[in-house]
Order: sequence, then structure tokens, then C-alpha cells
Amino acid sequence: MKRLELWLYIAQRGSALVLAPLVLLHLGVILYAVSGGLSAAEILGRTRSTMLWPAAYGLFVVAAAIHAAIGLRVVVREWTHWRNRTLDFAALGFGLVLLLLGLRAVQAIA
Amino acid sequence: MTNASLGTLKVEIWRGAEEGDFETFEVPSQPSQTVLDLVTYVQRKLDPSLAYRFACRVGVCGSCAMTVNGTPRWTCRTHVQKVASSGRVRIEPLRNLPILKDLATDMAPFFDKGQEALGRFVPSDARASEVATIPPDDPKRKEANAAIECIGCGVCYSACDVVSWQPDYLGPAALNRAWTLVNDVRDGDRQGHLKAVAEDAGCHACHGHQNCVEHCPVGLNPTRSIAGLKRLVVMAALKGEL
Ligand code: SF4
Ligand code: SF4
Ligand code: FES
Repeated sequence: MKRLELWLYIAQRGSALVLAPLVLLHLGVILYAVSGGLSAAEILGRTRSTMLWPAAYGLFVVAAAIHAAIGLRVVVREWTHWRNRTLDFAALGFGLVLLLLGLRAVQAIA
Repeated sequence: MTNASLGTLKVEIWRGAEEGDFETFEVPSQPSQTVLDLVTYVQRKLDPSLAYRFACRVGVCGSCAMTVNGTPRWTCRTHVQKVASSGRVRIEPLRNLPILKDLATDMAPFFDKGQEALGRFVPSDARASEVATIPPDDPKRKEANAAIECIGCGVCYSACDVVSWQPDYLGPAALNRAWTLVNDVRDGDRQGHLKAVAEDAGCHACHGHQNCVEHCPVGLNPTRSIAGLKRLVVMAALKGEL
């Protein structure tokens, strides 16, 4: 792909932009659930009551998978001699694994 | 003050090319001595076969850069006093460039990247057209001015870790130069400059960690220039203009 590096850069910064507020939201949710002493059943009851929660967490998972895979690829490229296409596919695979695991978790709260 | 009262300095100098070793010389201390003075003393009085580069001796030409006690510096404007901890000075060639001999590096990759980044003015108008008037307080002119005094010394290039990790990265000086040109309204190929710095080893490879800023002897801020290029390049790519 032409200018692959630039597009990866854009995707990584873009996903970071999406992640930032979602991370804050997630931290807020944790704090709320823990200090409120909510049980697992109560938490699930709330997340399943509206599609907004699964939607937010779904977006979170997609952004995290993109962000982490691209970031890891950069680290490997700069710190090792692994730079060819196989690394691109490995990074893609890593992103897909994250995506799959994450979406399974989202499905569980939906 | 006599030289004797100032004592001598132990000066370790890299000898050889990529393969080589340090050789230690004793050089008499002088008041207001620069690191370039040390090297010159060694070459003139102790070992005429020492290779190094300099021209102006006053911080204009950018040819005397070396690594001094681990830090890239312009040696003609670096006082020994400032860098010689415990009377010891270790002088090496610049990092990130092939070593030709002793302290002289091959600067070709550095200058080649300047061209790769299209770091040169592209004329826009015919000779007959009127001279462009650019008010000094024009925001673009200010951006260009802030970045323009580069002397091409290669200190920032040597300080940049991304260059050492990713040897084809264009580097701070070339990108800084490109930034002055995209802000020059007289330049005829703004798009060309943006395209050049959007290539795979272009501006987006910069980590923004500012080691170039920290070491640039003339106080430029290549990180800022590169951030500006990143913004323009991303906007252009999203608009499909690249
Ligand atoms: S800010 Fe960018 S150009 Fe400057 S030293 Fe760091 S990576 Fe290199
Ligand atoms: S930006 Fe500064 S350090 Fe880099 S080449 Fe120009 S003058 Fe030297
Ligand atoms: S000799 Fe010209 S800048 Fe040092």
C-alpha cells in the first residue's frame, strides 16, 4: 500500500483519540462498581439494560486492537531487525486476536 | 597565567574507521580553550595523521561537529571547561553516520536526506514576475523564520534515536528544512514538499522526544517543525490530496 506508514500513523493517532475518553469512562465504571459494591449480577443487569454499554465497549475493543497492534509493530521494527512483510502480518494477527477476545467479552455483557 | 599552572588534559580521540580504538593524548590546558582547539593541537603538534573537519571556527559553517564525552556538539563553540569533567575529554565522530577516518564522518547520507525530503526551494514564478512581498509578521513567515537558521551541522541527526533505530528516517534537519519551505509562499511546490515528507520514513516516524532540540547548537526546535509537518501531512492525506 502506498504510504502505508503514514496511514498506520493516522490510524494509531485516530484510535488514540477514541480510546482516551473511553479509558476514562472505563475507569469511572470500575470506581463506581467497586465503591458501590455492586454484585456481578447487578452489573450485568445494568449493562444489558441498554445497547449503549456494549456499543461503548465494542468501540473500545476495536480502537484498542488497532492501537495496540500498530504500536507493537513500531516497537518491534525499531528494537529488532524484524521489518519485513511477515511482521505486518504478525501485527495484523495480533490485532485480530485482541479484537476477537475483546468482542467475546463485550458479547458477554450485551 | 602560564600553561604549566593550568596543567594538562587527557584527551581520548577515536582513531580508525568503524573499527578502531581510542588513543590518548596529553594536551596543555589554555584559558578559553575549545574542544576544536584540543583536536587542532593534537593534529598540529602530536600526530599530523589525525583526520577531522572544520572551517569557520566561529559556529557558522557547521562542519566541526563531533561527539564530546558522549554528547554531539559543535566543537568550535564548545569550551573545554564546560565539558571536561575531571580533566578528561573523550572525542568521537558523530553518531548515526559512517566513519571515514578518525573524527571525520561521511556526511553524504545526511545531505542526501535533505534532498529526499525535498529540502530545497522550488521556484514558482518566471523571472519577469514581480518580487513577492512578504510582511515580516506574516504567521507563515514567522514559522519559517523560527526554523531557518540551520547550519547543517548534523548534531541533531546524531542525537536522534529514531535515526539509529530506523536508518532510513529522514531525520530532524531535513524535515526542519522542509517545514521552512512549506511555509514559504514563494515556493512553487508545496505539495511536492508534503509528499516527500509523507513517504514511509518521513515525518510521522518522529517520536517527538526532542533530543534534537536539546542538542541543536543554534537553538532550533526541529520537533516543533516536524509536528507542524505531521499536522499538514495528515490533513492532506485525509483530504486525498497526497
Ligand atoms: S523529536 Fe523526532 S527528530 Fe527530534 S530527536 Fe526525537 S525522534 Fe528525532
Ligand atoms: S537543526 Fe540544529 S543541530 Fe540540526 S543540523 Fe541544523 S543547526 Fe545543526
Ligand atoms: S568550524 Fe564552523 S561551525 Fe565549527
